[in-house]
Amino acid sequence: MENRPLFKSGHTACAGCGQAIAARLVIEAAGANTIVANNTGCLEVFSTKYPETAWGVPWIHSLFENSAAVASGIEAALKYLGKKDAVNVIAQGGDGSSGDIGLQALSGMLERGHDILYVCYDNEAYMNTGVQRSGLTPFDTNTTTSPFGGQSSGNLRPKKPVPEICSAHGIPYVATASAGFPQDLTRKVKKAISIKGPKYIQVHVPCPLGWRHETNQMLPVAKMAVETGLYPLFEYENGVLAARKQIVPKPVEEYLKLQGRFKHLLNNPEEIKKVQSIADNNIKKYNLKLETQG
Amino acid sequence: MKEFIEGSHAIAEVIKSCRPGVISAYPITPQTHIVEDLAQMVADGDLKSQFVNVESEHSAASVVLGGSATGVRVYTATSSQGLFYMQEVVFNIAGMRLPVIMTCANRAISAPINIWNDQQDSISLRDSGWFQLYAENNQEAVDFHLIAYRLAEDKRVMLPVMVCMDGFILTHGMETVDIPEQEKVSKFLPDYKPLYKLDPAEPISMGLLADPDYYMETRFAIQETMRKSVGYLSEISREFNDVFGRDYKDLLVEEYKLEDAEKVIVAMGSVCGTIKEVVDEQRAKGKKVGLLKIISYRPFPYARIYEALKDVPKVAVLDKAVSLGAYAPVAVEIKSAFYGKKKGPKVISSFVGGLGGRDITMETIYEVFRRLSAKEVNFDFVDLKPELLKEEYGE
Repeated sequence: MENRPLFKSGHTACAGCGQAIAARLVIEAAGANTIVANNTGCLEVFSTKYPETAWGVPWIHSLFENSAAVASGIEAALKYLGKKDAVNVIAQGGDGSSGDIGLQALSGMLERGHDILYVCYDNEAYMNTGVQRSGLTPFDTNTTTSPFGGQSSGNLRPKKPVPEICSAHGIPYVATASAGFPQDLTRKVKKAISIKGPKYIQVHVPCPLGWRHETNQMLPVAKMAVETGLYPLFEYENGVLAARKQIVPKPVEEYLKLQGRFKHLLNNPEEIKKVQSIADNNIKKYNLKLETQG
Repeated sequence: MKEFIEGSHAIAEVIKSCRPGVISAYPITPQTHIVEDLAQMVADGDLKSQFVNVESEHSAASVVLGGSATGVRVYTATSSQGLFYMQEVVFNIAGMRLPVIMTCANRAISAPINIWNDQQDSISLRDSGWFQLYAENNQEAVDFHLIAYRLAEDKRVMLPVMVCMDGFILTHGMETVDIPEQEKVSKFLPDYKPLYKLDPAEPISMGLLADPDYYMETRFAIQETMRKSVGYLSEISREFNDVFGRDYKDLLVEEYKLEDAEKVIVAMGSVCGTIKEVVDEQRAKGKKVGLLKIISYRPFPYARIYEALKDVPKVAVLDKAVSLGAYAPVAVEIKSAFYGKKKGPKVISSFVGGLGGRDITMETIYEVFRRLSAKEVNFDFVDLKPELLKEEYGE
């Protein structure tokens, strides 16, 4: 049983999909004794088109926004059966289903103290429906519903701080991770699984189609988000910032220029300055800057 | 054991005897007394269930969905706006063939906000793939929950069941109810053995994407199960009678003084008790009147209704719901049961009453019988207040 593939190849994700890679890493780190509840979204669609499934663990999809509540019911049933200690429960979804339409269900799951790991695969827009902006779309991003135009430079607001919202529930563990740092993601999932209670991990997962970068650039794009300070990697334990990945910050332009969704900013120093200030704030807030020798 | 007891307490007692592993609910009047009692039973250690307090009805339905998929018996209860907030999950549960049981404490729909009884809430979800059984009194409400679990968990069925009981009238009404003994309940309703479940020992995927090559058959399968279940209800009713000594016949309808009846009212739920009183008074005076009570609204027992009413000259359908812009919901189904048939009532008139808790008195029922004449009427509202309408339209 331990050797069976938990997330099989042959699914229909796009080439270079960061979410597919992250989802495999998450379930392999969690192991075979895991039940997964999945929101509607790309991952659900590309991994479970009847009559096929990519999942080697028990897996359920109900609706767009309710995986946290479905997982709560699974966990309660396992407790009733006396099996909870032997089985991990993961609820997962994209940024829209976790941080927008499913935020209430997620908050309820966290507040009730269920022993569940929630994983949000953050590709920063509603990719499954065609790249519409979500609450986690970054500032100035060009999406189909926050388009760049004569009167707009893209998405009006910065990312909703869902990790902090989760941490404010007083839960034992919150982390951000990135498909660009696979070992770090694996370590965080294993750590989360070892802690009893509600946990939240948000994984930054590039989407070549929505971000408009080459399919072989998934890793460099993901890494650059972290290295510019635009996607800080950190861990909160019991509401306190416990760890962060330190960086030698690179200018945000290095990240923006890799992706079509930010192309409209490249000749606009004013807007780049605004994006740089978001990175600078992150660097200050999480103390990301690595003090180099000399 | 017979007890003089509030309807909600009686429901909590019978749910306890059904031994659900997961209970989840969100507070809404008039459902609250049921789930408060269950929470107390869990707190006292008298009921070994996981009681999950959620942040919304959407999550209450999702929690019992997850619990049921993990292979345990589950329970939830709601009303009105709560049922509507669950609606997406309600359809999903049926599509996933999960044997979830829900009590709907029937209540009116906002706006204007109104906490009192009618049946617009559950009737609006008639197309969801759930069975709907309507109770006339609290004994039926109790018994229908036992029957609901047996029906839902039947391997030939595997569909959710909603037991509908009129809010306040039944949920907060005191009646003498025979609360089934645990021993008998355990005999009638053994522990739940799921066909499929989420289990790492045998991993399966549930809730997959079905494209146009596969979707339609899932809907056909539910429709077929509903059709066949008309017969399963009779089977379960016989077994129920063997154990508990209460005979609900085919569990589809109850015929009350229909032989030789010339005027019959068709209705669902607690109003049937009031109608029976009027029928008795009228019969004592030699008037040939009767009642056809519908118990199973889904599946809708067309053939059974045809048999019951085919020789009745005049039928009045009394709906406690309205389909705004169309014929009243129960009336339209009764009419369709006779369409194109050789026999049938000459008149099927449709009346709407009791909305938002307006009391349907015996006088209301007399009025319905009076208005049931050779001239067929459609969605004729009873007990309207003309003075309020004048104000509304400035006539």
